[in-house]
Amino acid sequence: MFGDLSLVSLIVSLMIASTPILFAATGELVVEKAGVLNLGVEGMMLIGAISGFAVAVSTGNPIVGFLGAAAGGAIAALIFGVLTQYLLSNQVATGLALTLFGTGVSALMGQPYNGLKPPPSPRLDIPVLSDLPVVGPILFSHDIMLYVSLLLVAAVWYFLYRTRGGLILRAVGEDHNAAHSLGYNVILIRLGAIAFGGACAGVGGAYLSLIRVPQWTQDMTAGVGWIALAIVVFASWKPYRVILGAYLFGGVTVLQLNLQALGVNISAAYLSMTPFIVTIVVLVIMSANRRKTSLNAPAMLGRIFHASH
Amino acid sequence: MKFKTSLAAAAALALGLAGAASAQTKVGFIYVGPVGDLGWSYEHDQGRLAVEEHFGDAVETTYVESVPEGADAERVLTQMALGGADIIFTTSFGYMDPTINVAEKFPNVMFEHATGYKRADNVSTYSARFYEGRHVIGLIAGEMTETNTIGYIASFPIPEVVRGINAAYLAAKSVNPDVEFKVVWVYTWFDPGKEADAANALIEQGADVIMQHTDSPAAMTIAEEKGIYAFGQASDMMQFGPNARLSSIIDNWAPYYIERVQAVIDGTWESTDTWDGIGPGMVEIGEFSDKIPADVAARAQAAADAIAAGTLHPFTGPINKQDGTPWLAAGEVADDGTLATMDFYVEGIVGELPQ
Repeated sequence: MFGDLSLVSLIVSLMIASTPILFAATGELVVEKAGVLNLGVEGMMLIGAISGFAVAVSTGNPIVGFLGAAAGGAIAALIFGVLTQYLLSNQVATGLALTLFGTGVSALMGQPYNGLKPPPSPRLDIPVLSDLPVVGPILFSHDIMLYVSLLLVAAVWYFLYRTRGGLILRAVGEDHNAAHSLGYNVILIRLGAIAFGGACAGVGGAYLSLIRVPQWTQDMTAGVGWIALAIVVFASWKPYRVILGAYLFGGVTVLQLNLQALGVNISAAYLSMTPFIVTIVVLVIMSANRRKTSLNAPAMLGRIFHASH
Repeated sequence: MKFKTSLAAAAALALGLAGAASAQTKVGFIYVGPVGDLGWSYEHDQGRLAVEEHFGDAVETTYVESVPEGADAERVLTQMALGGADIIFTTSFGYMDPTINVAEKFPNVMFEHATGYKRADNVSTYSARFYEGRHVIGLIAGEMTETNTIGYIASFPIPEVVRGINAAYLAAKSVNPDVEFKVVWVYTWFDPGKEADAANALIEQGADVIMQHTDSPAAMTIAEEKGIYAFGQASDMMQFGPNARLSSIIDNWAPYYIERVQAVIDGTWESTDTWDGIGPGMVEIGEFSDKIPADVAARAQAAADAIAAGTLHPFTGPINKQDGTPWLAAGEVADDGTLATMDFYVEGIVGELPQ
């Protein structure tokens, strides 16, 4: 059945398809670890996609473009941050509003960029290593940003579990009153996390507009932001499991398209359902043990912090 | 006193404005994708803009983009009808039942549903014979492929899409007996990421010409990147693949929209079923790329001209269905009824058609 399907190219394309989700989900994980639920991932991704595209096209440098995307995403996230942290607005409603806002603003910003071509992103090209038969294409010849996404997950893990800063951030997410009484600035820490999450979502969006599709089209994320939110729960707030979740979802999506192209005799309707079914099944399995799951979720997730003293 | 006068003047002004507003014909549109998709919804919006330009202040147009097919569409349509729309264009196949349902509740609002087959006293249907365009680009694809493999990104298994695959396949096969079609169903009209992945999967399986029945130019971008060929869908899409784009099927809705809005203004609107093709100009074939050899371009142009003149029908027998049962006898031409409900592949296409 897999006769003509090259496993190597399948893995390569699943990694590319998964990277936008991986960026966005990693960012959201940090935000949620700090006790904030930002449902605006889709909006921030769109803003990042167009900011990154615009900056890359005007500077001719894709890396500067990704920095622009991070800035765009972070600014959008900080609007959410100010509203929820200082003005104490409801996080769920504000997050949804951020998605609507991002959809509209990105469409407006994108008007002059329809039909333009972004500069190509640099790829890793190590003599010998990149030319190895199987390992080369899978490990050593991607675009730079794909490696950045994996390094980002490692860095986030290291920060959260091996540094004092990470401990403080988690403390804020577990019990903001305790953290506050210890003298930590809960709001500032959360704003930092929110901005980081926005930057990651922005870079994820730009990965779509600069590398995966390379073009700007209105609403081009088509729901990836929501998948990223689900992946965070799927990963039970553990960084390395985010990789698993993102690659599983992206992998099944790409696999079913490839199986169809290969002409495998399974109904296409079932095949295109599989990524969602797999995600739901794993979610159910992982949340089967209720106590264990609730232990993983940051206790202050979505709660408003209001220092009364 | 002075205050009273100005108040009266303001009231008169308001009344006057209201009077002018009610004389305007209100035209609504709902789109399945964003107007910036540069494909299907974009072209419908170009039609809307043409209506505005043609009638000027006599009409007021509104649109709602990215409306999901289903219950949401019903809500948007109801809102539009309540908002005083005189005629509403619902521009995607999946709006069929919502259109019929809402039309029942608003007998004085005229509805125009694109690509469907259900009509009522106040619901017309209209579509373009895209399959005529598919025939022309199918001829080109069959000649241009070197791997004899043509990739086809399909959206949903509905008659319109199936018809397009069959028309393109028959045309390609007629010039290249070894040609093979690989069809990938993505189950969405608009998802650039997924469309790009599908294009990559098809290229991986040896396709060197890509056709699509989805709305974004993502596949064209991938084709350009990978150095293969593709065709513009709904829009010309030239800017996304200056080297990859061979030609395109362009939807031109403007003349129809202007005609139907005029009918509402004149009070002569009635429920009709319009299905126009290359002849009346609803389907346009985009300029041929200079990558196409002159003789191939000439033959494709001749086919387009013959279709326009009515001397060539893309579905002319002998044609068998996929399972080998005869469909059309030699020289027989498919009737519109069968075409409108087509739910089978023709002989030679491999793979199962999802039902």
